Amino acid sequence: MESKSNNGWQPKIVAFFCNWCTYTAADLAGVSRMKYAPNIRIIRLMCSGRLDPQFVMAAFAKGADGVLIGGCHPGDCHYVEGNYKTLRRMTLLKRMLKDLGIEEDRCRLEWISASEGDKVKWVVNDMTEKLRALGPLDLPGKHRQWDEEMRELEAEIKRTEQTATTVV
Amino acid sequence: MKQPTNGEARIGFYVCHCGTNIAGVVNVAAVAQYAAQLPGVVVSRDYKYMCSDPGQELIQTDIKEHQLNRVVVASCSPLLHEHTFRTACEKGGLNPFCFQMVNIREHDSWVHEPGDAATEKAKALVRAAVKRVALHTPLEVKRTRIHPDVLVVGGGIAGIQAALTIANGGQNVYLVEREPTIGGHMAKFDKTFPTLDCAACILTPKMSAVASHPNIKLWTYSEVVKVDGFVGNYKVQVRRKPRYVNEELCVGCAKCVDACVYKEEKFEDEFNEGLAKRKPVYLPFPQATPPVVVFDPDACIQLKTGKCKKSCLEACDRNAIIFDQKPETKEIEVGTIILATGFRTFDAARLPQYGFGTLPNVYTSLQIERMVNASGPTDGHIMLKDGRTPKAVGIIHCIGSRDNRTNRWCSRVCCMYSMKLAHLIKQHTGAEVFNFYIDIRAPGKGYEEFYEKLQEEGVHFIRGRVAEVADWPLTKEEEGKLIIRVEDTLAGFVRRIPVDMVVLATGLEPQPDAQDVRRLFNISCSTEGWFLERHPKLAPVSTFTDGIFIAGCCQGPKDIPDTVAQAGAAAGEALSLINAGFIELEPNTSYVIADDCSGCKTCIPLCPYNAISRDEEKKKAVINEAICKGCGVCVAACPSGSIVQNLFTDQEIFSEIEAVLG
Amino acid sequence: MKFSYFPGCSLKGTGRAYEESLLAVCRALGVEVQELDDWNCCGATAYMAVSEAAGYMMNTRNLALAERDSHELLAPCNACYLSLKKTQHYIAEYPSVAAQATGALAAEKLSYTGKVKVRHPLDVLVNDVGLPAIKKAVKQPLKGFKVAPYYGCQIVRPFAEFDDQQNPVLMDKLFQALGAEVVRYPLKTRCCGGSLTGTIGEVGQRLSFILLNEAQRRGATCVATVCPLCQFNLDSYQAEMSRQWSPVRMPVVYFTQLLGLALGLDEKALGLQRCIVPLPAQEVHA
Repeated sequence: MESKSNNGWQPKIVAFFCNWCTYTAADLAGVSRMKYAPNIRIIRLMCSGRLDPQFVMAAFAKGADGVLIGGCHPGDCHYVEGNYKTLRRMTLLKRMLKDLGIEEDRCRLEWISASEGDKVKWVVNDMTEKLRALGPLDLPGKHRQWDEEMRELEAEIKRTEQTATTVV
Repeated sequence: MKQPTNGEARIGFYVCHCGTNIAGVVNVAAVAQYAAQLPGVVVSRDYKYMCSDPGQELIQTDIKEHQLNRVVVASCSPLLHEHTFRTACEKGGLNPFCFQMVNIREHDSWVHEPGDAATEKAKALVRAAVKRVALHTPLEVKRTRIHPDVLVVGGGIAGIQAALTIANGGQNVYLVEREPTIGGHMAKFDKTFPTLDCAACILTPKMSAVASHPNIKLWTYSEVVKVDGFVGNYKVQVRRKPRYVNEELCVGCAKCVDACVYKEEKFEDEFNEGLAKRKPVYLPFPQATPPVVVFDPDACIQLKTGKCKKSCLEACDRNAIIFDQKPETKEIEVGTIILATGFRTFDAARLPQYGFGTLPNVYTSLQIERMVNASGPTDGHIMLKDGRTPKAVGIIHCIGSRDNRTNRWCSRVCCMYSMKLAHLIKQHTGAEVFNFYIDIRAPGKGYEEFYEKLQEEGVHFIRGRVAEVADWPLTKEEEGKLIIRVEDTLAGFVRRIPVDMVVLATGLEPQPDAQDVRRLFNISCSTEGWFLERHPKLAPVSTFTDGIFIAGCCQGPKDIPDTVAQAGAAAGEALSLINAGFIELEPNTSYVIADDCSGCKTCIPLCPYNAISRDEEKKKAVINEAICKGCGVCVAACPSGSIVQNLFTDQEIFSEIEAVLG
Repeated sequence: MKFSYFPGCSLKGTGRAYEESLLAVCRALGVEVQELDDWNCCGATAYMAVSEAAGYMMNTRNLALAERDSHELLAPCNACYLSLKKTQHYIAEYPSVAAQATGALAAEKLSYTGKVKVRHPLDVLVNDVGLPAIKKAVKQPLKGFKVAPYYGCQIVRPFAEFDDQQNPVLMDKLFQALGAEVVRYPLKTRCCGGSLTGTIGEVGQRLSFILLNEAQRRGATCVATVCPLCQFNLDSYQAEMSRQWSPVRMPVVYFTQLLGLALGLDEKALGLQRCIVPLPAQEVHA
């Protein structure tokens, strides 16, 4: 499938996987030699409850096109209830991302148990395709662009100040 | 332990070929080259097998020779070898937590095609790990003591075996069983396959040993209601249900049963699978352990209305009956717990086409076990409802098992017990016996030979999944019979086989409250509802919760030899912990930086282990390091960022995020 | 309660009594039915054997017409019911069939979105109208009737949407509510022989014979059906069966006819005179 703006651009997904379920499931997918899209980079946390929404924001700010959060199924958290807190935080986070204009499909929460290696493969492939259709988010690029715009604006103001005689 | 010199990281980087597992997909030489020019990296190597002795020695040598103060290994999953490499670092003189591992096998070379994408991904992950490890600080492992007492939940053969092994090893065991007696399902069997040993004969000596063992506290008619704590330090509440009899005084003479105002047995006898009745006061079965009667509060007139002659009281010459006995809650401290809660059989009524509950003379295998048992409801006579002896019996395998509509799994024991029942029925009645099977599963020692013997005895084996047990005859011969309609797949046609009695080989399934029980102990269940083992091949009796082990059918269907083996294995694991005396806990715990804490109390209710408390004097949150399990939920919640999690600090994770994106 | 009504070819032909009794009963119970305008044959089992694809397309047209009327579609004949349901299922599951459907419908500028629900009158009467309402409307309880409820195969296989697949009970419950005695009839979903009664008589009729014989053995005074082909098969060959195998004489009626009797409706209005083996007079006028 070709991407929209094709300079060989590939979606970049940063994933936060909990050690006990999701990370293990990803290991299982590996042991089972399931093949999936190479666009994902997994960062290991002990529990999805460790996920600070700032991690998600940092990932987007540093250039991620999508963020995937993996936790144990509700009721199965190794630390009893960590995933419930993740769920609550996600609700607020999604609202905030929407307000910032970041599309909903870019931040995704999945419950994956230690035996669901095939779900890891399915989710990664599905998310990669959805991001391909959405195109790059490229916040660093946008930041650079906005900085440039600010510089031009400042220069413009300076020029105007120099030529103006009086300011009413 | 090495400290960073002048705050400067000196990182040793190693990428493993893992034979061709990694090197066949990822360009490991390129990765090593790439790593060599990352900030802080002073040594960068690729090697065939990092986990091997020479591989580990490589790390140790480099630490000394290059004054490394951080190490990164890119190889397989940390869940496999993190411990190996941390130990290698320690041997080399470096704090084991100044180490980070990169998973480029399970998460890269095994899941992607060979090529640039896989190598670029490896480089990105390596970059992230190198940036992260520079921020690691030396940490010390915590040790927690292991309380030497053990709790065994479930008094079937698995629980009994585990309890005996541990008690013989010199440790104290609490054996908690929910029924009034131990023995489990095995106590109901007549003979066991393939030796045809009498089940009671081999079980009752063990039950007896449990009852008389000085190291075992046997609490029957009891249930665990609360579990707090963690490995080595569990606090458990056990609720003892009232049997309205003083256990110390009752000797099981059963005079009260004879004297009961109910002259006839009227209530369903659970032990005999609905084939017999009992009185409100009863001994579950003759060899019940402890040999103490039980009063059923839903049946006993005195307990229901308070108005009874109480002839039982008179008959008891030991004053053992206590009608106002109350439930009792016991609190115990143990270091390890073994769950051996067993299984339940599939409810044959869920398959109406086989007529269980609607047609007469359709029985489950457990019912036939009771019937063929000499101490059962018919004194060992196989008989139809009208008292006649059957001349033809059909045994249908796989009831509820191997079926997408009910249970997908094979219950593992039914082929063998169906053959055993075929033998016993033939022996007792001389009837023609037909076994209807899909496949014959006879994997154990002596099992295939048993199958051969059965065939020589003249038992008919018909391969086909029975469609229906019908009661509508087409010929005179079929009238009054149960007609088994089945496709005989080996012969190639559909058959109608008239029999007098049908036996349904019901499969095994998890206990109905397995989910509730596993939540109580904070372990997991598999998707089918069996308790989840830590690893299906290499850790079948451990769970993901340290200190809690599982044994027997609660982990999955199995026969008695395998159950006993697992019970021994679980006991071994427990004894291993007890013998060591302590367990080392990961130091990835959290702590509060008091100066930054504003006392907002956001974190306190979040901890599932109640590790966070409030210092009322200082008005700050305090985390008990010994209780903290290191989940990090409080860290993410703290509005002022004043909680830090060792090994997973915000800075470490932010650095990983930034570097992995490049 | 309003439904679009798909009679199918049978209910306008040999199965006329089903339509007569169904419409009468619906009128009496306040269920409004409007015959689907310009409906075509559903293909049943016969057409599917010739060309499955064309069969589904024929049904797609019926479904599109029904969707236009925006009511649920009542399909009394088991074969019509199943064909329509199968068509819906295949269009939903297989994009190639869905594409074909869109193409076929375009010829008549029709569309189909999958919204229309196909219902069987047994389901509608017992579940939608409800047994309490029916019980209230009973004028002449079916005392003395010993009914063997026969469901046939197509409303439970392969889809068993409104009743149990192995042991459906809606008719059993209905007749109990009407005051009849319901005979325990384990052959209630066994095949009647379908079209084979006409083509390979000894096979098809034998299957129907087994059904009748067993009902007779169990003391039933009549067999109740929900499908016009089942009714035809069971009703029409009893003389031949008696010659070939052993004597059977068993009235076979539509469940709506029994329901109509209980509601006090006139037997002619219910088409009871169309039975080849008649219901005994004393039962009808009980």
